Order: sequence, then structure tokens, then C-alpha cells
Amino acid sequence: MTFWLVLTVNSITFGGLLFLLSAGFSLIFGLMRIPNLTHGSLFMLGAYFGATFIGGYLTLQFDFWVAAVLAALSVAVFGAVIERLLLRQLPGQQMAQVLVTLGISFMVADFCLLLWGGDPINVATPQGLAGFVRAGPAVFPLYRLGVIAIAAAIAAALWLLLDRTRLGAMIRAGVDDPDMARVVGIRVSQLFTIVFALGAGLAAFAGVVGAPILSVYPGLDQDMLPLALVVVILGGSGSLLGSFVGSIIIGFIYNFGQALFPELAYFVLFLPMLLVLILRPQGLFGRFVP
Amino acid sequence: MRRHQIALLAAAVALVTLPYWMSGVYYINVASQILFFAVFALGLNIIAGYGGLVSLGHAALFGISAYVVGYLLQHGFGHASAILGALLAGLAATAVYAALALRATGIGFIMITLALGEILWGLAYRWISVTNGDNGINLHGRPQPFGIDINSATAFYYATLIVFVAAVAAVAVFVRSPLGAALMGTRDQPRRMNALGYHVWAIRFWACMFSGLLTSVAGILFVYYTQFISPQTLALTSSAEVLLMVIAGGAGTLLGPIVGAGLVVVVKSVVSGFIERWNFLLGAIFVAIVILMPEGLVPGTVRLWRRAWQGKNGTSP
Repeated sequence: MTFWLVLTVNSITFGGLLFLLSAGFSLIFGLMRIPNLTHGSLFMLGAYFGATFIGGYLTLQFDFWVAAVLAALSVAVFGAVIERLLLRQLPGQQMAQVLVTLGISFMVADFCLLLWGGDPINVATPQGLAGFVRAGPAVFPLYRLGVIAIAAAIAAALWLLLDRTRLGAMIRAGVDDPDMARVVGIRVSQLFTIVFALGAGLAAFAGVVGAPILSVYPGLDQDMLPLALVVVILGGSGSLLGSFVGSIIIGFIYNFGQALFPELAYFVLFLPMLLVLILRPQGLFGRFVP
Repeated sequence: MRRHQIALLAAAVALVTLPYWMSGVYYINVASQILFFAVFALGLNIIAGYGGLVSLGHAALFGISAYVVGYLLQHGFGHASAILGALLAGLAATAVYAALALRATGIGFIMITLALGEILWGLAYRWISVTNGDNGINLHGRPQPFGIDINSATAFYYATLIVFVAAVAAVAVFVRSPLGAALMGTRDQPRRMNALGYHVWAIRFWACMFSGLLTSVAGILFVYYTQFISPQTLALTSSAEVLLMVIAGGAGTLLGPIVGAGLVVVVKSVVSGFIERWNFLLGAIFVAIVILMPEGLVPGTVRLWRRAWQGKNGTSP
């Protein structure tokens, strides 16, 4: 019983992390119609930045949360630069844009290997959340519960942003019908930059928040990108609710899979994707078939 | 047309006599690598170039065949049954892969193939009892087709060359066949093809199967060449490398993937002698080619060549 309870909490925690990663992925996909293949790299880059800020390698040593926000901001700027300087060169050519994001992901991965080396970096849990919580026989690390709270807060904030603000209305209009949005005077290409930066920042933040659980290592990008892809295929692109539900489902399947049949954990992810592709190609809450 | 034939003859003579004017086992091995990667790139080009369906998971199909050869040999099967098993497994995997990925086209196709490729990579990496995990599977020795020993570099080169020529011929026939024409039709005008009564899905499916066959053949050559298979072969980097071969050379042309394979293998072997940063260069070349020369080297050069030729004869406007 305790085993299942702990596993459930871990699954929700991982689902929360996946949500932070895939919400931006899904929005970029919805608006620009491209899967951003640098998303795993942005996650890893954020994690490395965060680890560097926390570890005090730059003479200054930052608090965990300050480091997370700083990493998110720097990676958001990096994302905006990619969108402005490279993707903007290929307007309307989605295939070419995807290949450019793929090329950048290799460059980022190699750059990280060059700068931070091949050894994994462990990040300590932030001080306030280092303890444990007891619930009957089960013991939960406080940090995992904290991650769930953070993910829920960010989900609520994103929902407010998309559903209640003028910018959110413009983004939704751009997702549903980019041409019509342009006609009514929304500068969709400017939204591209904003959403790309937002998605990059969220991915980087997720990287730092996930670092105490996953640690930071070369290849982290290739571990996370497929998960974001599967979440979006499952939940549907361009939908916040879709990435939320998809993340939780994948969080459960991945963690339970790893506990029950560790050798096939990655393969089990294939099953929900298979079902969705056969029964509902646009995903559970998708707005369009990619 | 005559210039065409002369060029073809010169290329054939150069390939057949290569071990005599290219001294050194190292260079002959590089040539073998170019040939089997060219078969792989030709396979991807069938769907990515002629079909307009860009796959980012092809290395997984390539890897499955290689793994099946390794696994069957390890469990005491002979070379003939290992090769046959690898071909069958490759085709079966391609059928599942195509059935799933063809739920979508365009960007959706890329996403699904990428996800499938990564999942198979994860499987190769973690299913340690079968794949031996990160340590991979070692092979011992090469087969002896018709009693001929192909363990030496030169003999293996000729075996690869024969397969390569057969693959090029098969692709040339395919492209000129009604199925090839229909495939290009589904790339350019899928709705019109559908209205004309063509079964667009079936055409794409069979194109995927042909692509998968060439990919499996290349995977088998690869594993016999390196005598080793590990999850790295299935990684996204490998899928991207072969896609770079197709795009750099010129997608949708017969010669493009071959030139691209030569380019990527040579750059990779030369560069890895000097620096470790091949992945960075791979990414940079990708970005540069997509932004600066999206049509690829072969069509780009042909265009420049034609313009120069016409200019000399005074026929150009």
C-alpha cells in the first residue's frame, strides 16, 4: 500500500515537471505549427544554468529559486534570439524550421558537453523543502510535494494568462486561425517571439526545478524531448488542458512502468500514443490534426 | 544524353577499380561506409524526397535489422537465417511504423516518426536482457556468400558495391515506374491524386515499405562492417545524419543522397581526426544548408552548371 502511495506521489510530481516542459512546447506547436525540437535542449540548458548559479561557480552563489528564475530568464532570451534570428528567416516553411530547431539542438547539446563536461551534476534540494512528510506509514520528500504545488500554481497562472488577458486572447486567436487573426490586426509574428520565449523560459525553469530529482547530465535533452512529444501527441497540440492531462497520464505510466517493468519503461509510453493515434489523431483535447 | 552515359561509365570504372588506386585499408573502409550509408540515404530519400514524408526515426529501422543480426548470431543461428530474419524484422517494423506514422503527413509525420524512433532507442538502451544495453552486441566474423571470404577490407568493399549498385538500380526503376510517378503525385497534389482515384494511403504505405527494405539492407551491411551494434546507432543523431545526407545532396534526386552520403562520411571521418565536436558541426551544417541551400548540393550545382553551359553556347536569354 505504502509502495503504491509513494509511487502515485512520484508520478504526480513527474507529471508536474512534464507539464512545465510541455505547456510551452504545446503552445509553440499550436501557434507556429512546428514541434520545437530544441525544447529538450532548452530544458537541459536551464538545468545547467541553474546548477551553475546555485553552485556558485561564477563567484556569486544564488538561492535556489533566484537561480531558477535567472536561468528561466536567460533561456527565454536565448529562445527569443533563436526565433528572431533563425526561424524568422524561413517564414511559412514549417519543414525547414523543424530542421533548424533540430540542428540547434545538436549544437546546444555539444556546447553543454564542452562547457560542463560529461559527469552528472547533482543539485541539492532547496533548504526550506529538504525535509520529509509523514502520512501514516508512508514518507514523502517535502520537495516532491513542493514541485506539485509549483506546477499547479504555474498551470493556474498560464490558464489566467491565456483565458483572461488580452495577450492570451490574441494567442488563442493565433492558434485557432492564424490568417484570420492577422486580418483583424493581430501581429501574429510578434506573438511567435513572445510564445517562443515563454515556452523556452518555462522549459528552463522546469529544468532547474527538476534538477534535484533528475540531476543534470549530458543526454538529459534526449530523455526529455520524446516525453514532451508523447505528451503533446496524447493531449493534443495548442491546448493547455491537453498538455496538463497528457502530462499527468504520462507521469503515471512512466513511473509505474519504471517500477513494475524497468527494462520496458520507455516502451510502455508507446501504448497510450498508439491508442490515441488510432482512435483520435488530433489528441484528447487537440484543436487540429497536425 | 551522351555526356550522361560517359559520366556514368567513368563513375562505374572509378568505383570498380577503387581499391587499386586508393591505397590503404583505411580509405577502402571509408569507401565501404559511404556505399552502405548511401543505400540508407537512398532508402530515406524514397519517402522524404519523392514522397514528401520526412522521417526522423529511420535510424531505428536501420538499428532493428542490425540488432536482429547480432541477436540471432549470438543465439547460434547461421548467417543466412540471421540476414533473412533481419530483413523480415525490418520489414515488419516498417509496416507498424508506416501504419502509425501515416495517420498524419507533414509535421505530424515528423513528430510520430521521431517519437517512435526515440522509443525504440530507449528500448535498445534499457532492455538489457536482450540488447545488452549500452555495451551493445559484438559480432564475430562476416558471412561467406557463395563461399567467398569477405573478411578483408577489399572483399567487403566489393560485396557492398554489388549491393549498392543493385539498390541504385532498384531505386532508378522505382522512380520511373507508375508507382514512383504516383508517389510524386501524392507529394505534390495529394487531393487531386485522391480525386483521380488513386489510393493515396496505399501508395505512401508501399513507398515506406520499399524505403524500409533499403534501410534494412543498409543496416545489415553496417553491422557486418562494424561487427558491433549499440543503442547509439538508433539515436536521434543517427536519424539526423542520414536526413542530412538526403537534404545536403538534394532530396528527390537519384544522385543527391549518394553525394550527400559521401560528403557526410568524409567530413565526419576527417573532422573526427582533429576535433571531438562532430555533433556541433553536424548541427551547424544542418542549419546552414537549410537556410542557405535548401534545394541541396546536386540540384544547386546542376542549375549553376546548366546556366554556365547555356551561357557558353549563347542560348540563354
